[in-house]
Amino acid sequence: MYVAVKGGEAAIDNAHRLLAEARRGDPAIPELSVAQIRAQMALLVDRVMTEGSLYDPDLAALALKQARGDVVEAVFLVRAYRTTLPRFGASVPVETGAMTVERRISATFKDLPGGQVLGPTFDYTHRLIDFALAAESECEPAAEAEPRADAGTCPRVTDLLAQDGLIEPSPADDGAPVGDLTREPVDYPADRALRLQALARGDEGFILSLAYSTQRGYGRTHPFVGEIRVGAVDVAFVPEELGFAVPLGRVRLTECQMVNQFKGSGAAPPQFTRGYGLSFGQSERKAMAMALVDRALRAEELGEPVASPAQDQEFVLAHCDSLQATGFVEHLKLPHYVDFQAELELVRRLRAAFEETSDAAGMQEAAE
Amino acid sequence: MSAAIAQRPEREPGYNFAYLDEGTKRMIRRAILKAIAVPGYQVPFASREMPMPYGWGTGGVQVTAAILGRSDVLKVIDQGADDTTNAVSIRRFFARTSGVATTTRTAEATIIQTRHRIPETPLSEGQVLVYQVPIPEPLRFLEPRETETRQLHALAEYGAMHVKLYEDISRHGHIATTYAYPVEVAGRYVMDPSPTPKFDNPKMDDCPALQLFGAGRERRIYAVPPYTRVRSLDFEDHPFRVQEFTQPCALCGASGHYLDEVVTDDSGGRMFICSDTDICETRVAEAAR
Repeated sequence: MYVAVKGGEAAIDNAHRLLAEARRGDPAIPELSVAQIRAQMALLVDRVMTEGSLYDPDLAALALKQARGDVVEAVFLVRAYRTTLPRFGASVPVETGAMTVERRISATFKDLPGGQVLGPTFDYTHRLIDFALAAESECEPAAEAEPRADAGTCPRVTDLLAQDGLIEPSPADDGAPVGDLTREPVDYPADRALRLQALARGDEGFILSLAYSTQRGYGRTHPFVGEIRVGAVDVAFVPEELGFAVPLGRVRLTECQMVNQFKGSGAAPPQFTRGYGLSFGQSERKAMAMALVDRALRAEELGEPVASPAQDQEFVLAHCDSLQATGFVEHLKLPHYVDFQAELELVRRLRAAFEETSDAAGMQEAAE
Repeated sequence: MSAAIAQRPEREPGYNFAYLDEGTKRMIRRAILKAIAVPGYQVPFASREMPMPYGWGTGGVQVTAAILGRSDVLKVIDQGADDTTNAVSIRRFFARTSGVATTTRTAEATIIQTRHRIPETPLSEGQVLVYQVPIPEPLRFLEPRETETRQLHALAEYGAMHVKLYEDISRHGHIATTYAYPVEVAGRYVMDPSPTPKFDNPKMDDCPALQLFGAGRERRIYAVPPYTRVRSLDFEDHPFRVQEFTQPCALCGASGHYLDEVVTDDSGGRMFICSDTDICETRVAEAAR
């Protein structure tokens, strides 16, 4: 006699207990602390903050610990927490020109005010596994340079280009309320601010591949890295009852300004155009990819043909969010018994009809 | 209150009643009211990020959270069953965050959240059926662009859908859509009934209960008010037909219910049992009495 599968509740509880045990792993090995993750897995923490749309390194580190290092799962935890936070307003735009720069490089000018500041980067390392790291290591303190004469002034490269009118002006703040796709459903076509929000939250891998596709000819944008800068900026807020800006704190950001060729149109002279990327912490790959895709998505505005995936905002915006993507892909794990039953019945019926007709055809051949 | 209704559980402190904040609930209720006013029309809403993944019922959960009151009795089913993992998880979520009573009995529930089925027990006035919807747009697989499909709905331009159904007939001799079978609501909008088997489509028509549909990832809410005409798309010479099962349920003996096929051994053994666990258990218990 068949006994219907019961006890879903007990099975779920046990699965959760097993998960907790698996997360901890071998109890003979010391447990990771949130502070260790925050300090030593810093780039991972930055990515979780960026895609989680929440600047809180401790929370992101805790989410990573809880998620057993699964980035998308950690982003999920941060996002689900973020939903419950009250939203009391939008900050004053941060001034990245006044950033305390830890790293700043330009690929368009050999030297410029503020200089090229390499900062902590993998860029010129040889990717050889450092076996010495397997043991605990003391590292040498980094050398400190004499401050440059022009230290403290680090104008954005795009501002320098704008002085000569060589690059399109950055659109002025029109004072309109800031859109937020986590509070309003996206209505297509979405404006650039909303697109940038979606890209900033978007999955790094997906945005990276889209950006790469523009370089391989699917929506070419002829990009130059005008500048990448990493560092801390002040965040200020204007409370209604005070009427002036009050500093709230500092956040670490990575900003990428792409400078892209533009041949001009009937209305605009030939000049460079902009693609913009911004991420929390040090996330250069993300900021660069975002800037490339931002520029590609401006195709329509700039009168370019929209023919490639990276230029198609419905395609990019509807598919760049890792939580939406993973949720819908992974939901296939859920039971689909009733739909599958409906399909089983159909396939059996179609097969029966197929056999009937092929049998009939066989008989006919035999008769001929 | 009957014994089938679980004791009212303790509500988790630290979260608002039914998880969502009141501002969000108000926003969702506005969308629901609009959806009821324009039956079958997909109303965009600012779907929130929920503590369960997209694709696992976030739309249905948000609709339920927005309409749930302290005196409600909640039933949650997935594939018709109360004991499937996701149904258990969602029922627990609301028990924890709202402390409302839950039940497995269709007749006792005031709100029933469902994935993929409509209960066999006929629904009554005052009940609300909340569907979890993955892809709310019935035209999505004919036209992937939202900007286009919204226009097609505005113009009631459903020719492509009829052509698709006609192509099925010309190829197979019948319409080969078995679930998420498109319906026309109140003579106007073509609507996706969510991936319920087409077996359940007739239950939507002239239903005394309010039917609400929530799609979280796609950020849409739509509705079928009570006693509304819901017509499955078909042709005069190819009328709409539902699945028929050749045998009754192996557990309760019912015929005319939707059945799940269960593989009982590795040599082709199969049995068919009701997908609606509530009605099946009730019938088995009654027969034993």
